[in-house]
Amino acid sequence: MEIDLSRPILARNEALAEGNRARLADAGVFALDVLASPGAGKTTTILATIAALRERYRIAVIEGDIASKVDAEKVKAHGIPAVQINTGGACHLEADMISRAFDALPLPDLDLVIIENVGNLVCPTEFDLGQGARIVILSVPEGDDKPLKYPGIFAMAEAVLLNKVDAAAFFDFDEEAFADSVRRLNGTAPIFRMSAKTGEGVAEWAEWLAARIEASKAV
Amino acid sequence: MHEMGVTQEVLNAVVEASAKAGATRINAVRLTVGELTALVPDSLMFAWECLTPGTPAEGAVLEINATPGRSMCLACGTEFDHDQFDRRCTACGGPQTEVIGGNELRVDNVDVDVPDEAPDEE
Repeated sequence: MEIDLSRPILARNEALAEGNRARLADAGVFALDVLASPGAGKTTTILATIAALRERYRIAVIEGDIASKVDAEKVKAHGIPAVQINTGGACHLEADMISRAFDALPLPDLDLVIIENVGNLVCPTEFDLGQGARIVILSVPEGDDKPLKYPGIFAMAEAVLLNKVDAAAFFDFDEEAFADSVRRLNGTAPIFRMSAKTGEGVAEWAEWLAARIEASKAV
Repeated sequence: MHEMGVTQEVLNAVVEASAKAGATRINAVRLTVGELTALVPDSLMFAWECLTPGTPAEGAVLEINATPGRSMCLACGTEFDHDQFDRRCTACGGPQTEVIGGNELRVDNVDVDVPDEAPDEE
């Protein structure tokens, strides 16, 4: 006998992600999911983004890491509420972890929650968290060929941040080839050249994010 | 890397549905996994072999139907198959396209043995 299931494999995660999305909408909060490799500059970029937008928006951060609290401590040191999720080995965040992190945040008093996913360009792409937008950060030292190796994430990202451009002189990073391979995958995502360390290009990226936050409030 | 957790979700869904149907044996489990997903069929197979012993799905065959990437051009409306690396329209070259196939991640059905006296499935 054949039992018909026709059921999404990640149905449980998808239902929880929809729950998160509804909570965010109720509270009027925009959630940004930040994906990148380890060492691409996720935390530094998040801190630079906070510095650019904290006068306009009430911001909190959810830090996802396999272990340690160092990232949440860095964010808290700037006076921003932060929740650390330790996945204990799991290579990505899942919607139920985000739901529990929301419990620990004053959602109604926030405008923006930035989620720093586990450093990984593959696994997080399959797990919807209920976010309003998902972006990818690639740093110059990683090389311009990454969209050819990790196409899924570059196809899905709503914005691509090219970080550490201040170090471009030390690496053979072909920006034209990079932009071309992103374009093959993704016809809409803007590419922001930036350096979270020097602040170059941060304002342009922050304006894009602010526009997304405003658009979500207008709905 | 994450195939183990995904396979556990499949196993849970399959065991639950089979128990509900009063199945005494699970013969085969059929999945559709799109080629644009971040899941590798070989890894799913390996995870299945690791996770099923000692469960009601022990010995069941995992069959994976891989679907190709397919998109529609937002400029000219052409629908076309593509690989993971280039999603531009094959007709007009337009970069703005929408995926219409290849992202599937679905348990389709389960083949089970049900004794004659078992109650009808609801």
